[in-house]
Amino acid sequence: MKNSIKDIEKLATRIPGFDHISQGGLPSGRTTLISGTAGSAKTVFAAQFLIEGIEENGTGGVFVTFEESPDDIKRNMSSFNWDIDHFEQENKWMFVDASPQPEETQLEVGDYDLSALLARIEYAVNKTRAKRVSLDSIGAIFTQFKDVNIIRRELFRISAALKKMDVTAVLTAERTKEYGDIARFGVEEFVADNVIILRNILDDEKRRRTIEILKYRGTMHQKGEYPFTIIPGEGLTVIPLSAIELEQKSSNVRISSGNQELDKMCGGGFFRDSIILVSGATGTGKTLTATEFMAAGTKKKEPSLLFAFEESREQLFRNAIGWGIDFENLERKGLLKVVCVYPETAGLEDHLINIKSIITEFKPKRVAIDSLSALERVSTIKGFREFVIGLTSFIKHQEIAGMFTSTTPTLMGGTSITEAHISTITDSIILLRYVETYGEMRRGITVLKMRGSFHDKDIREFKIDSKGMHIDKAFRDVSGIISGYTMQSNIRNEIARIDNLFTEDKQQQ
Amino acid sequence: MNKYTFKLFLTGKSARSEGAVKTIKQILKDESGLEFKLDIIDVLESPDIAEQNKVLATPTLIKLLPPPVKRLVGDLNDKEKVKQYLDIQ
Repeated sequence: MKNSIKDIEKLATRIPGFDHISQGGLPSGRTTLISGTAGSAKTVFAAQFLIEGIEENGTGGVFVTFEESPDDIKRNMSSFNWDIDHFEQENKWMFVDASPQPEETQLEVGDYDLSALLARIEYAVNKTRAKRVSLDSIGAIFTQFKDVNIIRRELFRISAALKKMDVTAVLTAERTKEYGDIARFGVEEFVADNVIILRNILDDEKRRRTIEILKYRGTMHQKGEYPFTIIPGEGLTVIPLSAIELEQKSSNVRISSGNQELDKMCGGGFFRDSIILVSGATGTGKTLTATEFMAAGTKKKEPSLLFAFEESREQLFRNAIGWGIDFENLERKGLLKVVCVYPETAGLEDHLINIKSIITEFKPKRVAIDSLSALERVSTIKGFREFVIGLTSFIKHQEIAGMFTSTTPTLMGGTSITEAHISTITDSIILLRYVETYGEMRRGITVLKMRGSFHDKDIREFKIDSKGMHIDKAFRDVSGIISGYTMQSNIRNEIARIDNLFTEDKQQQ
Repeated sequence: MNKYTFKLFLTGKSARSEGAVKTIKQILKDESGLEFKLDIIDVLESPDIAEQNKVLATPTLIKLLPPPVKRLVGDLNDKEKVKQYLDIQ
């Protein structure tokens, strides 16, 4: 039994993200129980499992339906553009209709078994040369027959027969609570080896779908709940957040931030495949920093991509013109793409999928997101954290530079949720702050962190005009800028204070 | 009087199969005036017919005519219960 972990092969389902969290797919030649409450997308999983097999290499699939009629299933799955009718004609997909026939009455007299169902499944498997079988959903068969013990015995027999047919099967089952018994009727007893739970949780007034591999006997898998989403036209996509290996190679190639002075402060520019966080209160110049970052990319003829979650297209383009950058012209040349989205239009999972697909399509060399913190309000803290990690690792895998802006909750600074969750995974952090000095508001910039490089530790003053951002000398007589509690210091007093410190030290010695 | 049409689905020659066949034949013998048609189908040989008729369990007796369509599941070990359910007096 020592080698059992290696012995169990897995069948790649091709359900996006699932093979990653399951470290290879479903245990091949076995039955896996998919359990979930009503509306947790069990049927979608069951149907997509077959579709992915057919679309990948023409592997046949058999769908045994216990609850809905085949027509209902086709109708419910129609939004995914899966051409089940066509696959049926090609003998790639076959239904075994075990749904209740409401127009007929049935009486049980004496002993029986489910050999007819088993014969029908075997017939369909042979006819389609199926390697994948879905049974959806098992609880419904218990309502068609009175003797629960017979049904349980027969399901056990069917499960064993599926193993002999050399097919990989999923068996869906209902549960009554999101966190409770695995499934009703104790069905997990006869397919106890592999259990996956789908959840549809109401978390902080927001719906969140998650998938968890509870048991995978004798084989490895990722632990915990992973969010997933259902995309029209595609189906179910699992978001493998923390399962993504953070093994990006770092590069030593520097790229320009779009501002010469800022490049100097960073020790010669940003690294090509790094994530830069720009934090500041509203109006401190975050959008400007992102705009200049985009412009610098287009100057090198590199495609640059800007996601705006706070401002409209018109507003952004007008701002850019005000700083001497013509976004419209750059877009026409195909060097720039500006995508404006209202955070509220979708859940975070969907935003992530959308961002990923645009990046994959446009293939930019640099990406800016203005602002990341605008997305906080459409999610729970946990969901937001998962989103940020997922997004960061995706961008890093593309080996492109990513700039995220983050709006601080108060005008004078402070830390936002974004920063709390992202600061450890970013390579560089730039702070933009208002600085109050002698009754005047000025702006300060500092490079707080620059992974793998020397950087300027000063807090420097900057001004904004029609040419953009101009970074000037350091604030020398102000302290407490970053915390937001600025204090001017009189240099002469300060020297005196330091002198006193020394005398006290001497006295103590 | 309407003609009775039955389909009896079985699995091979099991004890349950034989029990069901015996009961139905007994009923038809008792009611010698009954006009009927009885098809016996082995699901192992004709799974496609089982699929068309959406049969899950064996033995299953389907009374197609006269309406309404009625199903009996099991080895039919209670002749009177079967007759009563099928409206055969």
